[in-house]
Amino acid sequence: MEIINSNAASLSNYEVFIHLQKIKESKKKQKGQLATITYETLRYLEETPSKSQTNTSITQCLKELQKFNLNKTEKLMLINSPPSTPLEIQLMIEESEERLTEEQVQEILSILNKHFPFLVPVKMENEENSE
Amino acid sequence: MFILAEMKNVTRITPELFNVNLNEAVAGELNKKLANKVVLNVGLCIALFDITSIKDSFIIPGDGASHTIVHFRYIVFRPFMEEILIGKIRSCSQEGVHVTLGFFDDILIPPSALQHPSKFNETEQAWVWEYDTGDGGKHDLFMDSGETIRFRVTGETFTETCPAGPSGIQESQEGIENKVPYSLTGSINEPGLGLLSWWDN
Repeated sequence: MEIINSNAASLSNYEVFIHLQKIKESKKKQKGQLATITYETLRYLEETPSKSQTNTSITQCLKELQKFNLNKTEKLMLINSPPSTPLEIQLMIEESEERLTEEQVQEILSILNKHFPFLVPVKMENEENSE
Repeated sequence: MFILAEMKNVTRITPELFNVNLNEAVAGELNKKLANKVVLNVGLCIALFDITSIKDSFIIPGDGASHTIVHFRYIVFRPFMEEILIGKIRSCSQEGVHVTLGFFDDILIPPSALQHPSKFNETEQAWVWEYDTGDGGKHDLFMDSGETIRFRVTGETFTETCPAGPSGIQESQEGIENKVPYSLTGSINEPGLGLLSWWDN
């Protein structure tokens, strides 16, 4: 076996979820290691928001996030585990204090909340700095 | 956290599979070979994504099977550095907090990467974050197994695991058993990281 490109593309949790579900639902009975890993991975993904995401909600959301000048991995994280508090945004976006204003952070949160409404509602100004 | 890896393989299809469609036979063989396995410096293989090209099959004298060169893409679990993931605490020990994602277990958050100050509680077998309440007192936040935890991926280690050698060599045998092919190191020493319940008031 030969590895041509060990990282050809990144996949969002949603894409993996859909693909694994197809494998699970195919007529052929899966066996062995493939069955184990699809079962375990699906069980993990079912607990993530990817279960209720759709193709259109993700593309729409990414379009609206374009203006914030985020890089690919940051957007991937926002989609995989949509944050609901400014604190979580701070974790996912590097140097977010310098790159984004407070209004912009709120705007990102409301965009995410609009497209993925199943999340906990955005808490306003509830940020707590424990330090 | 998931990526696509492009690979090439010469797949051997045994005669009993000659009645099934070649694509399906190849897909089955690739999944049998790779699913739930760690490939060195690639990651944990999950499932075949697609086959990009299949060359002509050939046969080798003395072997009834056919051999086919296939190029394919595979779904691989390999989080990037600094990625934020959510998992469950599997157990706590002196070495730190062991986290599992369900399909991947080898994640360790070492004591130095826990919230400061944290200490290990021997009787409860759990790490405790001695959260400073600000008024001189402190509040003990336990990290019990089964709790959901958010952490940052800070390191990855691939170890080459060779097949077990001859059983005569006792010492090396033990070493092999402890080897983990792919493990991740995490950290939770930032505000917002750690048990989800710590932050959602």
